[in-house]
Amino acid sequence: MVDLSVDIAGMRLKNPVMPASGTFSEDLAELFDIECLGAHVTKTITRGRRDGNPTPRVCEVDGSMLNSIGIPSKGVADFLKKTVPFYRAYDTPLVASISGNTTEEFATLCREVTVEGVDAIEVNVSCPNIEEDGKAFAIRPSSTYAVMRELRKATHLPLWAKLTPNTGETSEVARAAEEGGADALVVANTLLAMAIDVRTRRPKLGNLMGGLSGPSLKPIALRMAYQCAKATRIPVIGCGGIATSDDVLEFLIAGATAVQVGTATFINPTAMVTIIADLERRLEVERIASVRDLIGTVADGEQKAAVVFMEAAP
Amino acid sequence: MMGTLTSLSTVRAKARPPSVFERDLSVVFNEPVNGEYVRLALAAPSHLLERCRAGQFFHLLCPASGEDKPYLRRPMSIYGFFPKQGELHFLYKVTGAGTRALSKLCTGDSLNVLGPLGVGFRIEDDWRNLVLVARGVGLATLAPLALEARNRGRHLTAICSARSHDVLMSLDYFAEMGAEIITVTDADGTSEMGNVEKIIKRLVAGRGVDAFYTCGSNRMLTLLQALGQRYHIPGETALEQQMACGLGMCHCCVRPFRKAGALVQLRVCREGPVFDLQEAMPW
Repeated sequence: MVDLSVDIAGMRLKNPVMPASGTFSEDLAELFDIECLGAHVTKTITRGRRDGNPTPRVCEVDGSMLNSIGIPSKGVADFLKKTVPFYRAYDTPLVASISGNTTEEFATLCREVTVEGVDAIEVNVSCPNIEEDGKAFAIRPSSTYAVMRELRKATHLPLWAKLTPNTGETSEVARAAEEGGADALVVANTLLAMAIDVRTRRPKLGNLMGGLSGPSLKPIALRMAYQCAKATRIPVIGCGGIATSDDVLEFLIAGATAVQVGTATFINPTAMVTIIADLERRLEVERIASVRDLIGTVADGEQKAAVVFMEAAP
Repeated sequence: MMGTLTSLSTVRAKARPPSVFERDLSVVFNEPVNGEYVRLALAAPSHLLERCRAGQFFHLLCPASGEDKPYLRRPMSIYGFFPKQGELHFLYKVTGAGTRALSKLCTGDSLNVLGPLGVGFRIEDDWRNLVLVARGVGLATLAPLALEARNRGRHLTAICSARSHDVLMSLDYFAEMGAEIITVTDADGTSEMGNVEKIIKRLVAGRGVDAFYTCGSNRMLTLLQALGQRYHIPGETALEQQMACGLGMCHCCVRPFRKAGALVQLRVCREGPVFDLQEAMPW
C-alpha cells in the first residue's frame, strides 16, 4: 500500500492530483466519479457577470494549444447558489478560484466566497490590475505583495496564489506572495503567446494573443516550480503541461507538493484518473512508501546557487 | 466514520452512471462517397448507440499521420447510429490536419471517441410535417433526423442543395427513410434563394409545415428565419464553433444568440449544437 496523500497548508489531499482551474466543471462528473481527485478546483469567477473574449477563443499549435477565453463568469451569486452546493455532495476539498481587476473588488470577492463548503481559495493574481497599468498583479513583486496582503485580511481560508509565467522575477514574486500571506503557490498560469494564419494574415485568436498551455509549456512551468520551491517555505502546486504520471514525478522531484492537470483533460477527459492509477503503480514498483518522500529530491548538487543567474542568461 | 463516507460515495456513483463515453472504437470502413466527402463507420456497443440522438456529436481524437499531428479533439456530428448493426457513422470533408489524418484510417484501426455530446434536434409531439434544408456538410448533421422522423412516424421533406448533382449526397438514405426529396443545384440554377423560397412556400400552402431544420448555410438560415416568422413556423438549426473540451468546461465554443431582446453567449458544445432557429445569429 503506497501513501499518495499530501498536505497543502493544513489541508489533507488524498492524492496530489487535481484539475487546473478552467479545465474542470460539474460536467466532468458525467464521465467518472470525480471523488477520486485530490481536490476540486473551480473555473475562475469574477464578482459580476462577464461575457469573456471574442471568438475564436482557441487554436492549436504544434502539440499544444492557445486560448483567450477571457474569464466569462456568471458572477458570485450564481457560484454560491449553484456551484458550491453541487460540490458539497463530495468529500473532496473544494478550491474556489477567483479574480478581480482591482484590489478592492478582489478582496470583496475573497470575503464573499469564504463560506461553508469552500476549503481553500485560489487567487488568480495573473489577471490584469487595471488600477496600475493593466499588467497582471503577479508580474511584479510589489503589486503581488500589495494584493496578497489585502486578500489575506479578507479570509481565514487557505490562500493559494496562482502565479504567471509572464514575469522575469519568478523568485521575487513567489517571495512577495508568501510575505503577503499566501499559504501555497500554484505555478503557473498560461504563457502569453500568439499564432497567425499565414493565408488570411489574421491572428488565429479573436483576442489577438492568448495563453499557451499543454506539453510545450511543461519545461517552463517546471523551471518555475523549482525556483518557487527554492525561494519560499510554502507548498508549491505545479501546473503546466502535465499529462502523465512521469510528469507528476518530475514536478514533485523539482519541489512541488501537488500538481494540477489542465489541457490534458481536453485531450483525454479521464487523464487525471489514469495519472492517479499510474502514479500509485509506479510508487509500488519503485517501493516508495509515500509520495511525500519524493518532494524536492532533485539531485541539483552544487548548482543550486546558479538558479538566480540562470534567469538572467541561460 | 469511514464506513459512512464509503457508502455515501457508492450511492452517488450509482446515482450518476456515465452518460458520456470515452472509448476506442474499431473502424469498419472509411470510404470516399464522392470526390470530396468520406464516410466513416465505427463498430460501437449498443449501450453507446442507444444514447445517441440526431444532432448530437462526438469529439474525435484524430491520430497523428505523417506530417499531420492534430492535438485537440475534433467535434463531428453523428451521421448515423444503428444499434442493431452496432455501427456509428460519420460523414466528413477533408479540410485540415484533423480530417486528413482521419481519412488515413483503415478497416480494423482504432479511433478514440468521446460522446455522445450536446443537445440534439427536438421533434415536438404535434410536429407532423417536417422540412429540412441542407447544403454541403450540413447534410451530415441533418441526415439522422430522417431516421428519427421515420421512427416516430412523421412526414419529412428534405430539400438538398449542392453545387452539382454528382456531389449531392445521402439521397438514397433519405429515400430509404421514406422522406420526400427535393434537389436543387448551382449547376442548373435551382439552388438560388428565390427558388428555394418558392419551393418552401409551396410546401407551406400544400400539406403544411410544422417545423424547419437547417445546418451549414448562412443564407438558408436567414431564409428560414424569415419564413418561420412570416408563417409562425418554429425551427431549429445546428451550429459549429472551434472547440477544445467539448464538454462545457472551457467556454471556448461560445456563439451569440438573441434571447428576450438581449445577446447572450452560449456554448455550442453544451447548450447546442442544436439551437432555436430564431435565436441563432447568421455569421
